[in-house]
Amino acid sequence: MSAKPTNAGSTATEASDASMARVRAIVAAVVDPEIPVLTLEDLGILRGIERQDDQIVVTLTPTYIGCPATSAIRLAVEAALAEAGLTQTRVVTQLSPAWSTDEISEAGRRKLRAFGIAPPQAAAPYGALFKDAEVVCPRCGSTETVKISEFGSTACKAQWRCRACAEPFDYFKCI
Amino acid sequence: MNEAAVQQQAPTAAGNSTGLVAYVLSLADDSLVLGHRLSEWSGHGPTLEEDIALSNLALDLIGQARLYYAYAGEIEGKGRDEDALAYLRDEHAYLNLLLLEQPNGDFAATMLRHVLYAAFQHPYLEALSASADAQLAAMAAKASKEMAYHLRHAAEWVIRLGDGTEESHARARLALGDLWMYTGEMFEMDAAEPALAAAGIAVDRASIKPRWQATIDRVLQQATLQRPPEGWMQRGGRAGRHTEHLGHLLAEMQVLHRAHPGARW
Repeated sequence: MSAKPTNAGSTATEASDASMARVRAIVAAVVDPEIPVLTLEDLGILRGIERQDDQIVVTLTPTYIGCPATSAIRLAVEAALAEAGLTQTRVVTQLSPAWSTDEISEAGRRKLRAFGIAPPQAAAPYGALFKDAEVVCPRCGSTETVKISEFGSTACKAQWRCRACAEPFDYFKCI
Repeated sequence: MNEAAVQQQAPTAAGNSTGLVAYVLSLADDSLVLGHRLSEWSGHGPTLEEDIALSNLALDLIGQARLYYAYAGEIEGKGRDEDALAYLRDEHAYLNLLLLEQPNGDFAATMLRHVLYAAFQHPYLEALSASADAQLAAMAAKASKEMAYHLRHAAEWVIRLGDGTEESHARARLALGDLWMYTGEMFEMDAAEPALAAAGIAVDRASIKPRWQATIDRVLQQATLQRPPEGWMQRGGRAGRHTEHLGHLLAEMQVLHRAHPGARW
């Protein structure tokens, strides 16, 4: 974000910076409808937010292209801004650079684990065909885990099972 | 399918060229036709996990198709949006590969069809992500990550089925034999494509063949299946000449939109 203006003559800019910070906070706190413990900030899909003339323009990047949550998130952003009295808004989608699970914040990873979803491994090794990462059970911490299916309840998750505690769990797969 | 436009990344490299429109449409039609085929499995998967997986694969492909259609409509500049392109074109205007419109058959046939395609499409999209057309590059970079999972999933199943029971092996072998004649078309380019490839916008499809072959050989070997001989290859999809199956698929997919234009729910 832009540095705080220091010269005395920039009160208007300062006020506008402060209000943009507030707007950003509102958008950043919107949660993913399918993983409601994660905010857009945690997911790392908020690519930008700026004022263009009288309009607030929010730039998001999709996690998976076909993910139905994308349009729900778009609506949630517009609704959150409208609730704060901002109706002149526009949400745009940016594809490049493609989102990666590496963009999920540390806080986001902690929240996922607490929610029962194993967070993705760092540095997405998606090219490693026929070789599974070591996935830690979010319940008991064991690495004695086995994949049930590459595809789970949402596009971003796989189904795994823990051999130690015998519980099934979701794994947020690397992309 | 309505959604706000995707942000334009940069001016397109080729401007308003009909060759580029047809090329992007062929990418879109491939994704939509296979995505629709896979969606036919929803509620009919062999297990609950696989039902979910097949629907997820369909979702990825239909999502990718939407982006390509929106872009094709934009560069065509005739006001056709993704819905118009998906729902209001007839069979002969569809440019998808014949392989992808083939009926699902049994689960082995669906997985064989998928591995044959994904083993091509994953490296193809990786190469396309370096396209001189910024919009195509962005879409391909995104989609190639998803296709990596498609390839892995389908390959694992083909190995399990081929190297499984007598029954599953026989079905996998039969499906491979039936589908093989549709694989040659993946490496062919239509009339306008070589110029696009030379301009760095498209990718020479034949250049992907060694990687495809290596992946397929590896999978088939583990699956204890024999790669069929090269043989005569069926073609025509890229020119709008389809097998009898596409018309039926489109009839089912398009009927609602055509009967109730502009329907929303």
